[in-house]
Amino acid sequence: MTVTALDLRTQAALGDLVLTMADDEFVIGFSDSEWTGIAPILEEDVAMSSIAQDELGHARALYELLASHLDDGRDADAIAYDREPEEYRHARLLDHGRGDWATTIARRFLYDTADAARLASIGEGWPPLAELVAKIRREERYHVMHALAWADRLARAGGEARERFVAALEALAPDAPSVLAAPDDEAALLEAGILSRPMAEAFAGWRTEVAGILGPLGINLALEPTAGAARSRPAPSDEFRWLWGEFTSVRRSDPGATW
Amino acid sequence: MSPAVAPPLPDEDAVREILRGVADPEIPAISIVDLGMVERIEVDATRIEVELLPTFVGCPAQEMIRSSVIDALAPLGRPTVVGFSFRRPWTSDRITDAGRERLKASGFAPPADPAEVCCPYCGSGRVAMDSAFGSTQCRSLFYCRDCRQPFEAFKVI
Repeated sequence: MTVTALDLRTQAALGDLVLTMADDEFVIGFSDSEWTGIAPILEEDVAMSSIAQDELGHARALYELLASHLDDGRDADAIAYDREPEEYRHARLLDHGRGDWATTIARRFLYDTADAARLASIGEGWPPLAELVAKIRREERYHVMHALAWADRLARAGGEARERFVAALEALAPDAPSVLAAPDDEAALLEAGILSRPMAEAFAGWRTEVAGILGPLGINLALEPTAGAARSRPAPSDEFRWLWGEFTSVRRSDPGATW
Repeated sequence: MSPAVAPPLPDEDAVREILRGVADPEIPAISIVDLGMVERIEVDATRIEVELLPTFVGCPAQEMIRSSVIDALAPLGRPTVVGFSFRRPWTSDRITDAGRERLKASGFAPPADPAEVCCPYCGSGRVAMDSAFGSTQCRSLFYCRDCRQPFEAFKVI
């Protein structure tokens, strides 16, 4: 199905949705790839590298969907790398850097569970996205399992591990719901069946799920719905600007080169 | 002087047979046919079209597999188009029985529920998963408690 079967308003909303999903995967994937070589144990070095590779692969496939159907002639690399920091649409949760291991696990736990709720909200309205999401969900199950296992491990460890993990969760909690913020024109996406349910519903389910996981570990996290325009933010954080400088540095070193 | 004769139109089975000689470079023990990547083959007078399902969305071997397919089919003398699609998700149960046997023979445990994974070297079921993640996106790390051999198993996906 070509995207021209959709009206212009829906195309715009779809483009916005795909870009936010792609930017989320790209930013967390690139950020977590920083653990390659320096993770606390060898298995985690491999795991975090593999997860990061999955996320960058998902981002690439989503950017390619944009490039083939929704963008004005830019290729996937140009969309991924040739924007200014202010133009990225990633969730505010991912404006936080990877921090220490506890922060990375807290960020992954909140992101992976919220992302799963978002992926479960993609309907059949535009088959190219629905098909890609069906495939991505099979891979993300492993990420969720990994995040849950580590969240449990750190929370039960007591001492400094638990303290750092709980502090990281609390620091990230205000921005975590931004992953499930309603897209700018949610009504158009629901109408076209591109979303199968409103993000408010996905958010409510996610909050219950998180409470069900953290509650038994003695952690109560306040998660409030993101108000107002979903992805708009005053300015990206310094941590994201630094990351942007890293992931665009090679591309900027020789603009237009074929790598 | 005889007129130039176009090579005969290959049939789908002939194309599939040739693809039995093409492997994913990260899983060299089995062909892309046994791996279940080949979703569709279409041959007409003007071209050969092959649709492949990526095993993982971000599999870095896709371009290499594409060019291997084109090279392998070149002797058929027709333009070849290789596309990757997500029309249906590739799943690890698409690996054929013959493919599973060959994976095992190469020391790579075929996909199975973690509780069912057996050591590809000694066949023991007394194995432990060290990590769900391994050296490529499709691998998990295991350890055999009987023959004390670490090994990799194909992820169930």
